[in-house]
Amino acid sequence: MFNEKNPGMMGLTRRSILKGSAGVAALATIGAPAIVRAQSDVIRVGHLTPRTGFLGPLGEYGVMGVTLAAEEINAAGGVLGRKIDLLAEDSVNPSTASTKADRMIGRDNVIAILGEISSASGLAISQVAGREKIPFIQTGCNSDELRGKSCNRYMFHIEGANTMYINAVGDSLKRENLVEGKTWFGLTADYAYGHDLLEVCRNYAKKNGADLAQNELVPTDSTDFSPFILKIRRARPDVVVSNLAGNQITNFIKQYKEYGLDYPLAGGGFDTAAAWGAGPAAFAGIWPAIWHHSLDTPSAKAFTAAFTKRWGKPPENQAWGDYLGMKILAQAIAETGSTDADGIVGHLESGAKFDVLKGREGYFRSWDHQLMNEMYSIRPKPADKQADQWDMLLLGDPVPGPGEDLESIATTRADSACNLG
Amino acid sequence: MEELPFILEQVLNGVVVSAYYLLIALGLSLIFSLGGIVNLAHGAFYALGAYFAVEIERYLGFGGALVLSPILVAMVGIALERTMFRRFYRSDPILGLLLTFGLAMVIEQAIRIVWGAAPLPFRIPPFIQGQLFVGDMIFPYYRLAMLAVAALAVTGTWLLLNKTSFGRVVKAGVQNPDMVAVLGISLAPIMTAVVALGIGLAGLAGVLLAPISGVHPAMGAEIITAAFVVVVIGGLGSFWGVVVAALLVGVVRGLAIHFVPAAAEASIYLLMLLVLLLRPRGLFGERIMRFE
Repeated sequence: MFNEKNPGMMGLTRRSILKGSAGVAALATIGAPAIVRAQSDVIRVGHLTPRTGFLGPLGEYGVMGVTLAAEEINAAGGVLGRKIDLLAEDSVNPSTASTKADRMIGRDNVIAILGEISSASGLAISQVAGREKIPFIQTGCNSDELRGKSCNRYMFHIEGANTMYINAVGDSLKRENLVEGKTWFGLTADYAYGHDLLEVCRNYAKKNGADLAQNELVPTDSTDFSPFILKIRRARPDVVVSNLAGNQITNFIKQYKEYGLDYPLAGGGFDTAAAWGAGPAAFAGIWPAIWHHSLDTPSAKAFTAAFTKRWGKPPENQAWGDYLGMKILAQAIAETGSTDADGIVGHLESGAKFDVLKGREGYFRSWDHQLMNEMYSIRPKPADKQADQWDMLLLGDPVPGPGEDLESIATTRADSACNLG
Repeated sequence: MEELPFILEQVLNGVVVSAYYLLIALGLSLIFSLGGIVNLAHGAFYALGAYFAVEIERYLGFGGALVLSPILVAMVGIALERTMFRRFYRSDPILGLLLTFGLAMVIEQAIRIVWGAAPLPFRIPPFIQGQLFVGDMIFPYYRLAMLAVAALAVTGTWLLLNKTSFGRVVKAGVQNPDMVAVLGISLAPIMTAVVALGIGLAGLAGVLLAPISGVHPAMGAEIITAAFVVVVIGGLGSFWGVVVAALLVGVVRGLAIHFVPAAAEASIYLLMLLVLLLRPRGLFGERIMRFE
């Protein structure tokens, strides 16, 4: 009788009940983190960054950096007596990034979002953050546009803008007489970041008398650069300028070396991982750098030591960005005594100084939220001076120099489309 | 027409680059034509070949890596064939597709866990660095060597399939497995060998491409689409189709970069579209009942 009325119960055996409850248990485990996170004695922070695809290797370093920062803060007793609960996910692409940001804010009640590398995804997250009025401290998006026309009261930039990178490397190129009256050949990653960098590069070339007449757009999924290299060889430029990103840089440098071209190489965007991936035998050129683990300041050395101990290898510059983002957020909460979004935004805007693990302290500009801090240039280290496999890069002096204003390498207010007040 | 020498240079470079496409597509095509499995994990085996090579090179140099790494990858292939692939030879192709899709993700993640996500350095062995100059044209020795290896792999595979009794059994098995069984020949070990060979070729491609492209966990995902484009243009089940398609893809991409660089990757898909419009089964595709 029972079974006939309720066909779903037919064949209900001890075995299927066991199977069913195992399934429920499995589901409960998956759902559990959300339940645990519902407690209010933690400060929940969202972290989004690409962990797959051509920016994935950098994202992995970002995750290591932010995880270490959260662990250090919690080991020291947390912020305002509350532990940091880090929610780290793969942002994958702009649409996924925006969906996840929405969910982190709406469902998981994060008080802020950190991270991101892709400028396109960063823009998507900033739109959610702006709408929901939650701070977003971005650690890896270089496009000027994010600080210019797309700037946002709730978005802050630890990552340097393309202008800062180009000015940093441009200074080095000038010293080698590779700017005025020289022809540049550009290779540009064909997506938001690359196009933005190309524009900044063009402006720099125009202002300083270099000729960037030839530029090729390179699809982000290109792995073989040989036809591009043949075009460079034909053009015989004075300098080859890379506006490439992520794994593209590694592939390009390796193949450039393979074809044995000797036109000097320079780039507007750079990550240490790309150089490590190319290896000391293939790495060449002059590149800008926002941070490097050989920096000889007390806080930089402490971070490098802690990171190396935790993860078994030195921090990459992307790890610096995400580590710093978490530390700055925690400091802002501690100094304002609250996790209130507008309080944090106001504090970051106030010109408060932060230890950015460099020679000088940094601060956010109030009107475009860009972190003002020193940049560097980087080039291959002579083989006989390399201490280990990670020690293949030679860090130049800070740009701007010691006596100069930190803002001298950044976009001026007059040139910017942003005006946050 | 002073453009001409440069166009010619791109075409010849495209022929050299076709070795790159051929190496990754050959094993894929082999496993498909004989096992009927669309191996979406092919790129993951390619990545595995590169990572094994990084480890082996430290102790045995590039030569050691070139020999050992594909063998190790083939052994992984044998293990997977015995436990998983063989269940799907005669079932709905979609099942094999799902299996290998999952396998690709598992292998990629395993690589991340073991070696980390950051790219690993791997250089062109010193004895083969340098370039050959022909007139004003330039060809790196390493790529010429790759072309030679690809040619060897094609010849070897063709001889194996067409000139040995092993190859005859394989071909008979593809056409009529029941008849082969009636004759008292067990197909199981033969299919294992075929899959191991196909996966070993992916591993070989991994070793050969590691010095000129980044060694990172997603490297398999990066090339798998190109490999499929080559197989589809050539035609499913066709041996020579893959060879001709690899040449076409290499040359077309080089020319696209010469004329419209931003469309470089799109050009190979356009080529595929064009070929499929004119010849729905690819250039030399055979009619395969189970897919129609």
